[in-house]
Amino acid sequence: MALLSKKDKALILDPLTDNNPITIQVLGICSALAITAQLKASVVMAISVLFVMGAGNVVISLMRNIIPSKIRIIVQLVVVATLVIIVDQVLKAFAYELSKELSVFIGLIITNCIIMGRFEAFALGNGVYRSFLDGIGNALGYSVILIIVGFFRELLGSGTLLGIQVLGDPIAKTGLYSIGYENNGFMLLSPMALIVVGIIIWVQRSRNPKLIEEN
Amino acid sequence: MAKKTDSNSYTFIFAILMVIVVGSLLAFVASSLKPTIVENQRYEKQQNILYAMDVHNNEGDNDVSFISTENVGDQFNQYIKRQLVIQGGEVTENDEAYLIDLAREEALSKKAGYEKRLPLFIGEKDGKTYYIVPMRGKGLWDAIWGFMSLNDEFVVQGVYFDHKAETPGLGANIKERFFMDDFEGEHVLDESGNFQGINVAKGNNDPLNERKTDHQVDAIAGSTITGNGVTSMISTYLRTYLPHLKNLTQ
Repeated sequence: MALLSKKDKALILDPLTDNNPITIQVLGICSALAITAQLKASVVMAISVLFVMGAGNVVISLMRNIIPSKIRIIVQLVVVATLVIIVDQVLKAFAYELSKELSVFIGLIITNCIIMGRFEAFALGNGVYRSFLDGIGNALGYSVILIIVGFFRELLGSGTLLGIQVLGDPIAKTGLYSIGYENNGFMLLSPMALIVVGIIIWVQRSRNPKLIEEN
Repeated sequence: MAKKTDSNSYTFIFAILMVIVVGSLLAFVASSLKPTIVENQRYEKQQNILYAMDVHNNEGDNDVSFISTENVGDQFNQYIKRQLVIQGGEVTENDEAYLIDLAREEALSKKAGYEKRLPLFIGEKDGKTYYIVPMRGKGLWDAIWGFMSLNDEFVVQGVYFDHKAETPGLGANIKERFFMDDFEGEHVLDESGNFQGINVAKGNNDPLNERKTDHQVDAIAGSTITGNGVTSMISTYLRTYLPHLKNLTQ
């Protein structure tokens, strides 16, 4: 038996394209706005969410038959918060440098609506393995958008990628700056993240007619 | 038929058990990792203090690398000759001065009858003396802090800034080399010896920072509030330390 059946593959691949959590379901926008001013921060956030979503979906799926339905949202919240705090503490003890980089994002993970959304919509009703795949798939879909937005915002806003100056030095006026190019500081502010996400949604929908709702 | 998980008593018992399990799990994780975390924080402080007096492993123009955690204890003892604690008018030597938490001291000093303890570090490298002043203030979202080293003439020799939650790409850049390096060589006093501090200035006419006596460094675009926080943090702490520094350098 193959490791991934056709259905399982769809669980991972769908969120990357036709069912992307950010561009189609419009979830997780809040953190996508906050942290995409730099590519590095986007990558770090993507990895953290990947871990928390994979593990969280597994835990919720394991507990799905014993969770009282009246307080299931609270239970989900407790699971995310616990996972995030454990990750935070372990990083502080064994990867102190990294934990300093992450400090801002740790709290943001908890507030990520995608996580709660997948717990509620998928993990509560599906088996452990498939929930795990679903978590990973959605986290990857989130990551792709995050990294695209981070790439454009850092490139156009600061003229750097991962902190390396790729367009020349803006102060000494070398490279592109020598012919009068200027960084667009507006790209670093949150509203531009929304506009970049909007452009991605536009491109995606115009290329894939099946995504356009009928009015 | 109602599911058994729908009953009130089941919900209560589940909630209580969940709180107990999660609570003890977190308490166990926190207390078993605490010694390692505290040690990391110690190393970090020593690394930051040494960074302010130009003891670091930087390679290249944009790199901020500290002395490695294995060596930082030895290097700290080697370069930092005296650690002083200033409380009220009294100055005492204390080898654990670097562990003083400025945030805690500031909170305590709000109560009547408590003078906050201020640590001061005196380092020596290549025959030069460095006076390293810690500082702490407010950025846009949360705390910012740092260390600044001065020489006998109150010229800045180096700084290290850090922050808790400033915006990545904007205010968070106060811990980047291009910002911190600008402070080197800046004068804190004017020609007649009056305190001027160092202002993080917008519209600075001197973006390459060639003039070192204008008491200004170039601000980061888009992070005015963080920059103002840095300015006022420097001013507050240097003013407090200046009388003591003058006593020590005479």
